[in-house]
Amino acid sequence: MARVVVDVMPKQEILDPQGQAVANALPRLGFDGVTSVRQGKRFELEVDDSVDDAALAKIAETLLANTVIEDWTVRRVES
Amino acid sequence: MTTTEHLADTVEHAAATPDTAQPFRELGLKDDEYARIREILGRRPTDAELAMYSVMWSEHCSYKSSKVHLKYFGETTTDEMREHMLAGIGENAGVVDIGDGWAVTFKVESHNHPSYVEPYQGAATGVGGIVRDILAMGARPLAVMDPLRFGPADAPDTRRVLPGIVAGVGGYGNCLGLPNIGGEVVFDATYAGNPLVNALCVGAMRVEDLHLAHASGTGNKIILFGARTGLDGIGGVSVLASETFSGDESAGKRKKLPSVQVGDPFTEKVLIECCLELFQSGIVVGIQDLGGAGLSCATAELASAGDGGMHVDLDLVPLRAEGMTPAEVLSSESQERMCAVVEPSNVDAFMEVCAKWDVIATVIGEVTDGERLVIDWHGQTVVDVPPRTVAHEGPVYHRPIERPADQDALIANTPDALARPSTSDELRETILKMIASPNLCSRGWVTEQYDRYVRGNTVLAQPNDTGVLRIDEETGRGIALATDCNGRYCKLDPYVGAKLALAEAYRNVAVSGAAPLAVTNCLNFGSPEDPAVMWQFEQAVRGLADGCVELGLPVTGGNVSFYNQTGSTAILPTPVVGVLGVIDDVRRRLPSGIGAEAGETLLLLGETRDEFGGSEWAHVVHGHLGGQPPAVDLAREKLLGEVLAAGSRDGMLSAAHDLSEGGLAQALVESCLHGETGARVVLPSGADPFVMLFSESAGRVLVAVPRSEELRFTDMCTVRGLPWTKIGVVDPDAAALDIQDVASIGLDELRTAWSGTLPALFD
Repeated sequence: MARVVVDVMPKQEILDPQGQAVANALPRLGFDGVTSVRQGKRFELEVDDSVDDAALAKIAETLLANTVIEDWTVRRVES
Repeated sequence: MTTTEHLADTVEHAAATPDTAQPFRELGLKDDEYARIREILGRRPTDAELAMYSVMWSEHCSYKSSKVHLKYFGETTTDEMREHMLAGIGENAGVVDIGDGWAVTFKVESHNHPSYVEPYQGAATGVGGIVRDILAMGARPLAVMDPLRFGPADAPDTRRVLPGIVAGVGGYGNCLGLPNIGGEVVFDATYAGNPLVNALCVGAMRVEDLHLAHASGTGNKIILFGARTGLDGIGGVSVLASETFSGDESAGKRKKLPSVQVGDPFTEKVLIECCLELFQSGIVVGIQDLGGAGLSCATAELASAGDGGMHVDLDLVPLRAEGMTPAEVLSSESQERMCAVVEPSNVDAFMEVCAKWDVIATVIGEVTDGERLVIDWHGQTVVDVPPRTVAHEGPVYHRPIERPADQDALIANTPDALARPSTSDELRETILKMIASPNLCSRGWVTEQYDRYVRGNTVLAQPNDTGVLRIDEETGRGIALATDCNGRYCKLDPYVGAKLALAEAYRNVAVSGAAPLAVTNCLNFGSPEDPAVMWQFEQAVRGLADGCVELGLPVTGGNVSFYNQTGSTAILPTPVVGVLGVIDDVRRRLPSGIGAEAGETLLLLGETRDEFGGSEWAHVVHGHLGGQPPAVDLAREKLLGEVLAAGSRDGMLSAAHDLSEGGLAQALVESCLHGETGARVVLPSGADPFVMLFSESAGRVLVAVPRSEELRFTDMCTVRGLPWTKIGVVDPDAAALDIQDVASIGLDELRTAWSGTLPALFD
């Protein structure tokens, strides 16, 4: 068993309305100095040892991320 | 940034380096088009100019293949037809006078290709784009509707595309607080790999508030407002960015840019309110939306429509991404942006309104007295062009036209030999099979994801034939809107098919009790480079224009979408026709569901002939497409419309439902289910029950008439020469549709069959 973290982020050039909403809200709440916010998703998967990197990549690009507008990264972490 | 500065492809640099190779082919320009640009400019274009010309001369923006045919609309429109028209083709959207001082503007546009690549965002930004078109006329957007077409309902790709598109349409429209009052969902194998997402928006304003966008008055400021400009939605320009001659050092490392834009409906909502306040306070000369081709299009169109030139400083454009090239800034299709022309004395007031709505607004240039559109970047001129050559004087093609070689074979393959149901069991089974088929079943799964009643002025919406909106809350004056097209009919005969689409939309508006007033269209076709497709296109345009003359309705605007095909297979020719009608008091609108009063008589208006070419029955039961489409008689449609309007005005009718795909059987089932009321039907003696129930003859409407009005109404029909047949009565006590000698089917069984199909496929 291993823990796998998949981070999914809107592509750099793509508009991120949610991140923008957060960025706009911060100064209103008195938090200054934050120039940009981008918001993504984090998935934590518990996987058998039989699941290799290729399978994880497949999972990420078919279900977890919409590769037309999102980038993803997969990493194994100590569980 | 410092490295890019001296490497920008300036006008001066372009003039000095005439032999530099440019990727015009990759940007979609033909050799002779590129040569013409060089001729216009007297030198090679800069990167930025090339980007501008390539997007503005694309089929989508320039209408280069369709222009010669679309002229026919103008040529056939008479002054009489223009009577109610305040603005027409060439403006952002057509505007008609509906009375009581109200002007209504409506338009439909395609967003087909983006919606295939990224269904949710493609459909969402399609809605956003058409809403801004309406807004640019000075009108408050009031409602949207979306004619959608997909591959086979059970195809795997339809499962990917349909839910995303429906969610995108609903997501964006719902967030804007705009009701979705109608549209279509049609399935056909030819749309697999090329779904059609057409988006319609309707808005209203007081007649005196109509604004037409043009950049007049030397010294007037050009203000860009709304969202920041980013790298999203840059199509062909990514080619420029990836070519080594481009000065941007990061260009080589940049990933291939997506051509899909992401929309933000909340920004658009604020932009709507901001624009309306700007119009209201009279501080704008004109406003132009930024849609396809972004700033290139807006600046060139504004300058071209005005009487002077324009100077723009690109460094002032608020950007979202770093290191953007001038070509990218000009071509970006970032959403939720508008461009205004403002007199210098009003700029402060303009900025105050924008600040109030938290909308970023920046003066990016001004109207000049020259005749050039000049754009500077980092202190150097990167664009210096005559704006008309970009916006209005693009290439015009007379594409070869040829009737398809297999058209005769298609017509010869009539449905006459297809096995027809004859026993009552077979007819019963056919009714149930037909109402459950993807094109005839309940659209509830789709339309229930849309907010249909927000704003509180929706009088009728899906599942009725037409969307009806109240415009004036005092007088009750309102509008009715319907869109229709049967691509199968158009495939068999595009001329007649386009007229049938017009006839059906007209009839759908008429059954609500409204008087049809104006027409818009969204012409979806395959590749214009295919002579057979161009033949379909030419025929459809002629059919639609001739039909409008017969009905006396003007075409106020439209949109053409070509290259809708998968490989070499074109979609069914799909000229979607939208008809707008006016109803002086929405309280007298007619619903499609029966059962308002007990014991009402059911009448079938019009004539039923043995017409099954292109019919839904041939498609569902036999997978057959051939023969001739139903005959179309627009004089009859007009008569039918007048009778329905009179019947509704004088309280002689309580419900009306248009007969189209699926014929009388479908109309009966829907009228019963919409009204949750049973009916007893007796088909005319001697008539073939199968033909009566499933023929798709045009010009027919099912109406429910209160007993007390029956004689008055039928007398009126007889006097006016409209054939009518009494076919039954409304029966509130029976929870069934009982067709004598054919079948008696419980409403529950009908509802299960009718409403189960889409949820089973897409849930």
